[in-house]
Amino acid sequence: MKRLSSSVDAAPGRSPRQAIPFLLPALVVLAALVLYPLVFSLIRSFFDATGDEFVGLSNYVNTFTDKRTLIAFRNNVIWVVVAPAAVTGLGLIFAVLTERIRWATAFRLVLFMPMAISLFASGIIFRLVYEEAPNQGVVNAVMVGVHDVFSPSSQYPNARPRSGYTQTEAGFAADAPAQAGDVIMLPLVGVNAQQVPAQALPASTPQAGAGELRGVVWLDVSLNGNAGKIDGIERGLPGIAVEAVRDGQVVARTTTGDDGRFTFPDLARGEVVVRLPLSNFELPFRGLTWLGESLITPVIISCWIWIMTGFAITFIAAGLSAIPRDALEAARVDGATEWQVFRRVTVPLLSPVLLVVFVTLVINVLKIFELVFVIAPGSAQEEANVLALQMWQVSFGTGGDQGAGSALAVILFLLVAPAMLFNIRRFRRERS
Amino acid sequence: MTLVAEEVRIEVPVSGSPRRGVLSRVFGRLGNGFMQLFLAVVAVFWLVPVFGLLIASLRDEQANTASGWWTIFTKPAELTLRNYAELVANQAVWQSFLNTFYIAVPATVLVVVMASLASYALSWIEFPGRETLTVVVVGLLVMPIQVALIPVAKLFGAFGLFGTITGVVLFHVAFGLPFAIFLLRNFFAGIPRDLIEAARMDGATEWVIFKRVVLPVAKPAIASLTIFQFLWVWNDLLVALVFADQDSAPITVALRAQLRQFGTNIDVLATGAFLSMIVPLAVFLVFQKYFVQGVLAGSTK
Repeated sequence: MKRLSSSVDAAPGRSPRQAIPFLLPALVVLAALVLYPLVFSLIRSFFDATGDEFVGLSNYVNTFTDKRTLIAFRNNVIWVVVAPAAVTGLGLIFAVLTERIRWATAFRLVLFMPMAISLFASGIIFRLVYEEAPNQGVVNAVMVGVHDVFSPSSQYPNARPRSGYTQTEAGFAADAPAQAGDVIMLPLVGVNAQQVPAQALPASTPQAGAGELRGVVWLDVSLNGNAGKIDGIERGLPGIAVEAVRDGQVVARTTTGDDGRFTFPDLARGEVVVRLPLSNFELPFRGLTWLGESLITPVIISCWIWIMTGFAITFIAAGLSAIPRDALEAARVDGATEWQVFRRVTVPLLSPVLLVVFVTLVINVLKIFELVFVIAPGSAQEEANVLALQMWQVSFGTGGDQGAGSALAVILFLLVAPAMLFNIRRFRRERS
Repeated sequence: MTLVAEEVRIEVPVSGSPRRGVLSRVFGRLGNGFMQLFLAVVAVFWLVPVFGLLIASLRDEQANTASGWWTIFTKPAELTLRNYAELVANQAVWQSFLNTFYIAVPATVLVVVMASLASYALSWIEFPGRETLTVVVVGLLVMPIQVALIPVAKLFGAFGLFGTITGVVLFHVAFGLPFAIFLLRNFFAGIPRDLIEAARMDGATEWVIFKRVVLPVAKPAIASLTIFQFLWVWNDLLVALVFADQDSAPITVALRAQLRQFGTNIDVLATGAFLSMIVPLAVFLVFQKYFVQGVLAGSTK
C-alpha cells in the first residue's frame, strides 16, 4: 500500500487499485441488497403468485383493475395533490413569520420535534387525538364542548311517552285533543333514573285551572308502582319543552318546572293538541367519526402535516437567510409594499428551495405507509389504502401474491423515478 | 433536498439577524405582539397531541376509559407510573425494547464505517467509473424499500437470515448507505486539497490519510450522519415488520399487535409509544443541531 510520492501533480489518489478496499464493503451490500433486488423485482413482476409461470403483463393489468389497488391509487393522488403543497405553504408562512421573532429557534424546534419520533408513535398519538369517544379523543371533546354551548343537548335521550302519543317528524303528539281547563298527565318512560337532574322534585297532579291548560311530565316507573299513575317516589322531569298545536300551528310553548309541571295560560278557546318536540329526546352530539371511512384520509394527512411542517420551515428558513438583503432593500426603496416584496422578490428568489422541499415531500408522500397502517382502524383501512401499504398487504399480509406485490413495487419505483432524475440533474449542475 | 446539502449543512437557520422580516413590517409593533401570540398558539397546538399521549401513559386503564387525559388538571392524583412498571415487567416488551438497540446500534456503526470508506474513495482516489458510481449513489437516494422487500426476503431465507436481527440490520445498512455516502462525500470533497496533498507528499498511505486527515476534519458530518441514521433505524416499522420474527422484533413491531383494540388499550399503547419515543426525544434534544442538519441534508429517503 505504501507509495513513494513521485509526483506533485495534484490529482486525487493515483492508483485506481487503492480504491478497491475502500469501496468494496459498501458496493457489495448495495449490489446484493439494492441493485440485485431491483432487477429481481422487475423480472418477478412478470411471473404469477408462485413464481413458476410467466404471465406477461397480467400482474400489471390486474393491478389496474383491482378495486383495492385503485382506491390506493386514488388516495395516493389525493395525498400528492394536497399534502406537499399544504406543507410547503405552511413552511413558507411560518419561516417568514418567525424571521424576526426572538424565540424563532424555540418555535422551529417545537415544530421540528415530530420528525424525531417514529411514524408509528405519531400514528398512535393521532389515533388518540381523533378517537371517536368524546371522553377519550380531544378533537371530539372540543367539538362536543363547543356544540353544547350553542345548542345544549337534550337531557332525556330516547325517552318517550308511555302511551296515547304518536311520534311524528315534529315530536310526540297527543292522540286526544285537550283544551283550557284540562289537566294533562304525561308519564314518560325510557329515562334512566340517573339521568334525572338533581333539582327534580316529586311529581304531583296539578289542580285544574280555569282558562289554563295544565299538566305534569314525570318519570313513570312501573316496576314498583302503577303504570300511568304518579306514585309517591316518582319525580317530575324538569326542562322538557311542551307545545300546544292548533291546526298544525304551534300556538303556545312552555317548559316544565322542577316538579315536572307545565302551564299554558291564556289559551284561546278551542281544542289544541299537546306535543313534545323531538329535541327533548335527541341523542347527545358525540362529535364526528374521524376514523371512519369518509374522513380517514384527511385525518391521516393532518397527522403527516403535523410531522413535516417543521422540516419545511427549517429548510425554507435556511433558504430565506441566504437571500441577499440588497434585493429586498432595493425593492423597498422603489416603493414596493411588503406584500409586493414578498410576492415579487422573496418567493421568486426562494423558488429553487421551494421546489426542492416540494419534491422531497412528494417522494415522502408516495412512500407513505406507517401512518395509514397505524391510524386507520381495520374497518377503514381499505378506504385509506395507499400503494405502499397495498404492496405490503398483497405480498406479506393477507395476499401472499409476490407476483402482484412485485408489480406494485415496480410501479412505486416508476413513480419516484422522476425524482431520481431530478436529483441526479441537480447534482450534476451543482458540480459543474 | 439532498441536493442542497452543501448549502445548508452548517448554516442551520439561526434567526436574530437584524434584518427586517418581510411581513413583520406590515404589522408594526402592535401586530408583532399579535403575531407572537399567534405563533405561541401554534406551538402549543403542536405540543398538545404529544402531551395528551404522555398524560394518557401516566393514567391507568380505568381512568383512560372513563375520561379524557385533559381531566388530569382537576384530578392530578390519577397520575401513576404503574403502566410503565407493568410494561417494563412484560418480558416480551422489554426484549423488544432491547432489540431496538441491538438493531439500531450495529446498523448505525456499519453504515458510518462503510460510507466513510466509500466516500473517501469517491472523493479522493481517482479510478475509472468514479463519476458514474457517484451518480448511481445519488439516484439510489430515493429508492423505495418496497422494491427490495420480496427479493431480499427470499435471499435471507436462503441464507438463514430471515427473522434474525442480523437480517434486519443488513437491510437497514443497505438502504442507509446511499444517503450516508452522499452526505459524507459532499463533506469530504470540500476538504482543502492542500491538506490531502501535503499528507501524500509525506508518503502517507490512503489509509493513513483517511484516518489521520479526513476523519478528524469530518467529525461534524459524521455526527450528523450517526444521529440521523440511528433515529432512522430506531423509528423503523416496515423493515422489521417484514424481516423480524417474534424474538427479534423491535418495539414498534411488538406494539403493533396491540393496535386492534385501540379504545380499551390506550394505557398499553400510549405507554409503549412513549417508551419507544424516549430515546429519540432524548437524542433529539441533546443533539438537535446535528439531527436537524442530517434531516435537512437527506430526508429524501
